[in-house]
Formats: sequence, structure tokens, C-alpha cells
Amino acid sequence: MCISCGCGNDEATVDGAVAHQDPAQVHTHADGTTHSHAHDPLHAHGHEHGHELASAPGATRRVRIEQDILAKNNAYAADNRQRLAERGIFALNLVSSPGSGKTALLCKTIALLGGQAVAVIEGDQQTSRDAERIRATGAPAVQINTGRGCHLDAHMVGQAMQTLGLREDSLLMIENVGNLVCPAAFDLGEAHKVVILSVTEGEDKPVKYPDMFRAASLMLLNKIDLLPHLDFDVDAAVAFARRVNPQIKVIRVSAASGVGLDAWLEFLREGLARAAAAKQEMLDSRKRIGARPEAQTQRPLP
Amino acid sequence: MHEMSLAAGVLELIEDSARQQNFSRVARVWLEIGRLAAVEPEAMQFCFDAVARGSVAEGARLEIIALPGSGWCAGCATSVSVSEIAAACPQCGGYQVMVTGGTEMRVKELEVE
Repeated sequence: MCISCGCGNDEATVDGAVAHQDPAQVHTHADGTTHSHAHDPLHAHGHEHGHELASAPGATRRVRIEQDILAKNNAYAADNRQRLAERGIFALNLVSSPGSGKTALLCKTIALLGGQAVAVIEGDQQTSRDAERIRATGAPAVQINTGRGCHLDAHMVGQAMQTLGLREDSLLMIENVGNLVCPAAFDLGEAHKVVILSVTEGEDKPVKYPDMFRAASLMLLNKIDLLPHLDFDVDAAVAFARRVNPQIKVIRVSAASGVGLDAWLEFLREGLARAAAAKQEMLDSRKRIGARPEAQTQRPLP
Repeated sequence: MHEMSLAAGVLELIEDSARQQNFSRVARVWLEIGRLAAVEPEAMQFCFDAVARGSVAEGARLEIIALPGSGWCAGCATSVSVSEIAAACPQCGGYQVMVTGGTEMRVKELEVE
């Protein structure tokens, strides 16, 4: 069972290799008990805990916890975000229903970005078909198969980032599992969630599935080349999205015809420039304070 | 659907606490869940029962403390109560409400043996 999502992640794989298991983290205590821990950025302790039994059996007491249910995922996400910031990488988490055209949009975007380094993490329950489509464009891609899982989590994405070996000042696109509900709650360490709504869906989806539209900074209204054949009210769709999230940006695009992609590429280039500038600022400030080399390799724990 | 994920997150916090605080059984778990967090209490208990089987929290009862939804209406420039995401402002009837509270999902306290 997945430690952070509980959705049968025994089956989750990153490019076919089983995720969520690291034999180095399985260990045996002096009393002969063997167990395993996932690497946990919340508790970088040295396993000094014992396996004593609770003192007075039968006596009840209260234990205060006061922790966010998603604390573990959020800690992994913070770790990913730090790794991305250090390399000046602009990362987006693309979320939508199945069939909104995420992969086609990605393929087109990679082609239009020309020499810009782009890497892709693909999430699906099964098959590596999407990663193969991305690799055909020449961009590196890894496939995460979530098995029974309904969303990517930050731990899976951290492992996929390691497999990809990300380049400095590059763009990282994370294509989440097609699902408008569950991925909303899971921070992966991205700069923004981008929700894709295609005009072949209902214009009221933002109010029917509000969590995702509330979590996203940008909505791409895709397949707008099909509008002449459909009874889809673009203004109503935008109004519904703003009802859920008054600050959401909207770009109307068609991956097939190329309409609107200039504005989308502009959004990406601005994000890349911001990420590179933030990295440079971080490096400069480290130089100014004369940080010791070992201090630079240690990431602050959240 | 994602109540399964959340239930696993709750169990994980409990198991961490069990290691640190040396308890072997959990009778009750208090959760603070915002009314806008899209969590169904019944689904949560069902999923928790499933993931907790064989753990220190097997059979534990979830006590869910519902926290109210709140938001900031840009039209009224004031804080308002929010019954659901994308609902109209209860004061002006407009749709310029940013949710500011009610999406919490926390494990508050345990009763343990």
C-alpha cells in the first residue's frame, strides 16, 4: 500500500521499475525485528527508535498530533520544488479529464519550442504509450504507471525526476493521470497546475469539478478549432472557471490547428526566464554570504 | 475516490506517532476536516477501516470535526461564510469569492492504549 496515496501503489512503476521501494531502507533491529521505511524528508532521523511495548496495557491516554493529512506528500513536494529551483527548472503539472488533448498539446509544444530543453513525466494507470509519443518528438520522457492509483504523488515524481536527470534551465512538464478530482489535492512541487478543458466537454465542468479549477493558475481551453461544429459557449466556460477561481488565467488554444499557441509559448518562456533568474539570484546570494560548500548541498527541511 | 489516499495518510501519521509515543492500539482518531475539503465522512471511515486492518489502528473510530468554509468577497471587500466552492456571495450574490478557509484536512488527536 502506498505510504502517501494508499491506492495500491505496490504496482506503481517509473519506466517499468517498481517505485516506492528501496532495499537500503529495509533494516533489522537488535531485537531481530525487520521493517522498512520510505525515505522521509520530514524525519531524517537515524532509526534510533526501539520496539518496546506500550507501558500499561489497557490504560487509555490522549496523544496530540496536529498534522496535515497530506504532510508527507507536501514534504516530498517541497523537496522536489527545492531541487527544481536549484537547477532553474520551470515545472508545470498538467491536469484534466481523460481525452482533453494533453499529450497532443505537449507534442506540439515541444516541437514549437525548438531548441529549448524540455523533459516530460507521464502519468497513466497503465501502458507507456504516452511516454513513447513524447520520445518520438526527441524529448526525454519517463512513464509513471500508477496501477490502481488515481493520481501522481510527489514521491513518485521525485523518483521520476531522478530517472530523467534534468537539465539546467529546462522545462519540466508533468502530465498527471486523466482525472479532474484526485490530482487537485496533491502538490508535486510544480510552479503551477495548468488545467486543460476541451470544448468537446461541457462548459459547466469548472463548477461541477471545482477543486481542480481552484487549484490551477491557468486554464487552457483546448480544441477551439472545433467550435464551429459544437454548441459550446466559451464565455460561459470562462465565467464558470472565474466563479470558482477569480484569478485563473485563460488561454484559448488548438493543438491541432496551432491557434492560440503563441500565448501559451509566451507563458512558458516567461516562466522559464523567472526560474532561471531565481536560480541566478540564489547562486549570487550564496556567493555574497560566502556559504560553505557543505551548506550548499544541504536542503532545508520543511 | 481519494478518501482512500487520505485514509492512508492518516494511518501513516498514526504509525509514526505509535513508534515515537509507544502505544499499541488506537481507539479513536479526531480529524479536523473543512466543509470545502471534498471529503465524505462515511467514505473516509470506510476507507480507514480498510487501510487500518492489521495495524495499531484496526477498528479505531474516526471522529470528524467539521470546520466552517470561509472566503473573501472582492465585491463586498469583506470576509463571508462559504457553503460550497463556486457558490455566490451570501451578501451581494456575486461570484468573486476567494476561498480562504474550510479546506483543512488535519489529524488532531488520538485516544490510545
